[in-house]
Amino acid sequence: MKSERPIKRREFLKGAAGAAGALAVSGCDNLTASDWFPKIMHATEHLTGLVQGIITPADALAKEYTEADISSVFPANGNTDPGTAEYAGHMRQNFSKWTVEIGGLVDRPHAWSLVALKAMPARTQITRHDCVEGWSAIGKWTGVPLGDLLRSAGPRSNARYVMFHCADIDDQGISYYESMALADCFHPQTILAYDLNGRSLDVAHGAPLRLRVERQLGYKHAKYVAKIVVVDTFEPIGGGKGGYWEDQGYEWYAGI
Amino acid sequence: MRTSAQLQVYRHALPVRIGHWLNVVCLSILIMSGLQIFNAHPALYWGDRSDRERPLLSILPVRGNNGEVRGITTVLGFQFDTTGVLGYSDHSGRAFPAWATLPGPRWLAMGRQWHLLFAWVFVINGLIFTAYAIIGRHFTRDLLPTGRDLRTIGQALKDHLVLRHPRVEEAKHYNVLQKIAYVAVIFLLAPLIVLTGLTMSPTVDAAFPWLLTMFGGRQAARTIHFLACFSFVGFILVHITQVIISGFFNNVRSMITGWFMIKTEQGARHEV
Repeated sequence: MKSERPIKRREFLKGAAGAAGALAVSGCDNLTASDWFPKIMHATEHLTGLVQGIITPADALAKEYTEADISSVFPANGNTDPGTAEYAGHMRQNFSKWTVEIGGLVDRPHAWSLVALKAMPARTQITRHDCVEGWSAIGKWTGVPLGDLLRSAGPRSNARYVMFHCADIDDQGISYYESMALADCFHPQTILAYDLNGRSLDVAHGAPLRLRVERQLGYKHAKYVAKIVVVDTFEPIGGGKGGYWEDQGYEWYAGI
Repeated sequence: MRTSAQLQVYRHALPVRIGHWLNVVCLSILIMSGLQIFNAHPALYWGDRSDRERPLLSILPVRGNNGEVRGITTVLGFQFDTTGVLGYSDHSGRAFPAWATLPGPRWLAMGRQWHLLFAWVFVINGLIFTAYAIIGRHFTRDLLPTGRDLRTIGQALKDHLVLRHPRVEEAKHYNVLQKIAYVAVIFLLAPLIVLTGLTMSPTVDAAFPWLLTMFGGRQAARTIHFLACFSFVGFILVHITQVIISGFFNNVRSMITGWFMIKTEQGARHEV
């Protein structure tokens, strides 16, 4: 007997594409399809994010584990290969030409090669990854604190969010992107990781660079990070909700 | 002459009735949207990690050698064929069937939105009820079992088993088993399910790491959350059964209007 997965995880996460048609089954599903009810749910999301921000000290660290706690298998979720010709070229070159740039509302836009990033002071942390689906895995991540990069770029006073643009695109050609509050980027555990469990990140886990933001759910941890843009609002970008998964209905604060 | 008559008793205060019916709505939605969320990863574990080869429970569609898909529920290593209900139903692999989840179709993001919205209503309702119960003395007067109550526990158990229901004076108050059940559900089970739910937030875990310690890890908290959910389901089933066998209309009326009818032999006040 082998385990069957009649629907791919990705499709599950994206939600029933034709769900609206299948709704109207029950009263609650009618509410889901109404104009006003989702607005209440959206307002709740702001409330939850707000309360979470109030009760969480800004410098609180996510729990760090020991080597013995590391998961034997760290599942890879979402896109497991960007699948573009450009990315394939980088793979062939072992990512030696990969750069990450910081631009937008900063005084000193800058691009770093992967080699330059690896030469910078690094942080290693053994942390728990909580997927929105419900599973957790523990891995050891090594990377550059994002705050170090941002400080050298010098965010301007009107900077509020940091956008992460990634090399992967989905089956409809939409580029993956994410965003975070600027303040969270300076948290010591927020790193641009290049190693997982002591080895270079593999393609499935986001090679060569992925964001680790340990106090938020897995879908915030953007893989294949290529470009970082500091902005004052994310509303004009993508679906306007601040990230690929957020545009599919997932919460921007992603704490629970 | 002693005649059988009915006495009206004002049994449930307005805040109790409002809180009760809000809970009916909240728990229905929380349970059904919770099952939708569970369906995204239909397995439970202990500790902090999900070691997929060692789940405490899993509910999965499994294709047999003949190509047929069966729903297989595995609990602590024991396998059960639950095709049609758990693991495989309506020609699709899903842990809980569409009729039990909110929304019906697979839609994790929407299930989460329903869950979090009604979690707020449930928590605020619970806090208001608790404040009322303490300030209004509902807790000490009606809910907290007294020493005398506890001494009658054997008799109460016997009465319940033979379905003998209280009449006259004693029907004005909750019996000891009711008191224990209500106090346990409201003041132990409800906080437990809220705290284990909060433990599923990596941000909350960073702010309050003792939650992880208290529940034995992130995945253990998820398992306890699920067990607490089914304790609620169990309580609800017993509660509804008791409501039905001890006089459905009278009970429901008293939970809507507040007034409960008691058969008395010297009716102080006759019902018209």
